[in-house]
Amino acid sequence: MATHSENQYFVPHGSVYPSILSAGLLSMAAGFVFSVATDRGGNSLAYLEGPGKWMMYFGLAVVLFMMFKWLGTVVTESITGKYKSWEDKSFRIGMVVFIASEVAFFAAFFGALFYMRILSVPDLASYSPDITPYKDFLAVWPSQGPGGNVLGAEYAPNPEFKPMHWMGLPLINTILLLTSGATITWAHWGLIKNNRKQLIIGMALTVALGIAFLICQGLEYHHAYTEMGLTLGSGAYGATFFMLTGFHGFHVTIGTLMLIVILLRCMKGHFTPEHHFGFEGVAWYWHFVDVVWLGLFIFVYML
Amino acid sequence: MSTTTVAHHEEHSDHPTGIMRWLTTTNHKDIGTMYLTFSLVMFLVGGLMVLGIRAELFRPGLQLMNPDFYNQLIGVHALIMIFAALMPAATGFANWMIPLQIGAPDMALPRLNNWGFWLLPPSAILLTLPFTLALFGIGDGALATGWTFYPPLSVQGGIGVDFAIFAVHLLGVSSVMGSINIIVTLFNMRAPGMTLMKMPMFAWGWLITAFLLVATIPVLAGAVTMLLTDRHFGTHFFDAAGGGDPIMFQHLFWFFGHPEVYILLLPVWGFIPQILQTFSRKPMYGYKAQVYSLWAIGALAVVVWAHHFFTAGMPVPALLYFMYSTMAISLPLAVLFFCWIKTMWKGSMSFETPMLFAVGWIILFGIGGLTGLVLADVAADAQYHNSYFVVAHFHYTLFAGGIMGIMAGVYYWLPKMTGHMYNEKLGKVHFWLTAISFNVTFIPQFFVGLAGMPRRIPDYALQFTEFNMISTVGAFILGLSQLLFVYNIIMCAKGGQKATDKVWEGAEGLEWTLSSPPPYHSFNEQPVIK
Repeated sequence: MATHSENQYFVPHGSVYPSILSAGLLSMAAGFVFSVATDRGGNSLAYLEGPGKWMMYFGLAVVLFMMFKWLGTVVTESITGKYKSWEDKSFRIGMVVFIASEVAFFAAFFGALFYMRILSVPDLASYSPDITPYKDFLAVWPSQGPGGNVLGAEYAPNPEFKPMHWMGLPLINTILLLTSGATITWAHWGLIKNNRKQLIIGMALTVALGIAFLICQGLEYHHAYTEMGLTLGSGAYGATFFMLTGFHGFHVTIGTLMLIVILLRCMKGHFTPEHHFGFEGVAWYWHFVDVVWLGLFIFVYML
Repeated sequence: MSTTTVAHHEEHSDHPTGIMRWLTTTNHKDIGTMYLTFSLVMFLVGGLMVLGIRAELFRPGLQLMNPDFYNQLIGVHALIMIFAALMPAATGFANWMIPLQIGAPDMALPRLNNWGFWLLPPSAILLTLPFTLALFGIGDGALATGWTFYPPLSVQGGIGVDFAIFAVHLLGVSSVMGSINIIVTLFNMRAPGMTLMKMPMFAWGWLITAFLLVATIPVLAGAVTMLLTDRHFGTHFFDAAGGGDPIMFQHLFWFFGHPEVYILLLPVWGFIPQILQTFSRKPMYGYKAQVYSLWAIGALAVVVWAHHFFTAGMPVPALLYFMYSTMAISLPLAVLFFCWIKTMWKGSMSFETPMLFAVGWIILFGIGGLTGLVLADVAADAQYHNSYFVVAHFHYTLFAGGIMGIMAGVYYWLPKMTGHMYNEKLGKVHFWLTAISFNVTFIPQFFVGLAGMPRRIPDYALQFTEFNMISTVGAFILGLSQLLFVYNIIMCAKGGQKATDKVWEGAEGLEWTLSSPPPYHSFNEQPVIK
């Protein structure tokens, strides 16, 4: 701490983007609530649905535009040399802590998976038939749960239900993501060696692999819904399968968008071998998404 | 004092005026002021709700409201007080004081800091909007589940639950952004020579708080997201018919909820020792022991969550583990109490308002801690669970331990922030009214709780009447005496006797080396700590 290599810390000018972004989030959240609104009896409040959707789309547009403006300002500040090694260190620590918070978010869903698989599904099958409404339920995983013996047809397990096997698309996706982790590192080597061609080819490959992953996941979801009877409503397995892979896919989408921005910035020559936090931050995020996928592949698909 | 570093500000001391100054500001003092003002306003809003609750409980039977509206008030009161009053107050102090205490030019990520604050008003709107909508016949009011969102009640609830879920999401993003900022500031912005073990105790308290927030708030976000999909998209996380379990929600919620208690208290444990040393005019006792104890409590905080639902059903080994680990927290906490008292021991003490609040805080928070030890006992908890004993216990920790601690901090730093002394006599009156009426409000609740009065019910058996009347009278005095606090703050901000740079005779630390109020951009030249 005693010596800073530069002696001025950049405190940016004020900005309206954060506060308008928050207002956009408010509109998005309230609009979403209106669009799915029900009263306490579960009857939908249909007259709110239309206005709610418009509020949601308007909020989303505001959020995206403000993010674009805000991040654009940051890029401008970066390429005009406002950020030196002291600020750079702030961004690095900040990104590490942010990724740690993302790990905690996924931990909640992994926790739900382990809890249901190890505790609640076996528990439901373990009670004496005298005291449980779920008399014939067996604790096997993957499970749709005991279903509608008591609660009626709405809760009946789907007889068509099949779990997703790890061979096929999931294995291809694993290979795609692991390869993309390698290509982005290869691109980083290119950046450090000041080899622009290697950098841009590496980044373009990474973007292509990310998009390929998303296409495969779309095919997988389509297959699950149309042919396997596997939906969000398929009990413990369906809920954890779609929420874990869905949030992961959402992160891959964001990661791919960030990779595209970084690719464009690489082509414009924004990064130097010494000064490229933007590149590294996105690379760290991409590796994080990669590691989460490995966890998913092992605990959701294989075991 | 030699200087090594100079901060570069794009727009030196000129800044936009009026509303644009506050909407766009990246200045840590402006943002700190907004956090503290927001916190004070929401403290009054949450307080108004609880006066409704206490008025209803003045007599048995239903007088003022139907049970459903009562439940809505209970839940929103708790969410507002925890997320919109206490947490922003602590974050406001962090924004104001951490850069001053560690000799930094500003917080490390100023625009993120601005966003962290401006996420709060939308969340407050989301929390309270359902009340307004219900007036126009839309929906059926705010969430009526209590602040804990337990399913299946929350899965069946109306739009109030959805609004609260998104409010929690935005508040969570705000907290995580604030925590990132504080962690980065403390690791990267300290003045040359200020090693970690030379940081002020307040900085330590907040560092551990920020780590707890980053580790647990996303888990809450995940839990309420599962609730949302259970409500609207057909998942079965908390539904036994699909293999899920409502108790799983309790695990996820309290994995966040228990550390949350320490998130609210650790910043206070940071600055109370600083107040004690200032008014005892001798150095803090056991600095290292206090830092290690804060770490120990922070670590234990994330492994004890299930003591909040011992009665929900758990295997006996789990009950024993959560009981013993909870009780283990009292060991580092006892070290802290010892250090606080030893700091005052044989000091030349004087009792200005911040010191009165700090000393009163030690006693009242002590009661909160000891009653928590009682609740940690599985066998005893079988009786106390969900009774008014619990209500009294957590108000001793969160009102006395949290809000009265924050008030000590307000009186301590207000002269530094505004440049004026507050009205000392009024401050002392405020302290005595608050401390006495607080006890009048909550001591009876221990007794009615032990006698079996349940929480969250608007009606009660006749034999609890007298104690509930005493409690309600105390609550109204407590509520009204906070108007003195507000008046004192406003008058202090508007003018009054000039405060000196050091303000308090025994004050130590970098924030007291600056003028009162500090310049808009402080520590453009970073001090060197020897």
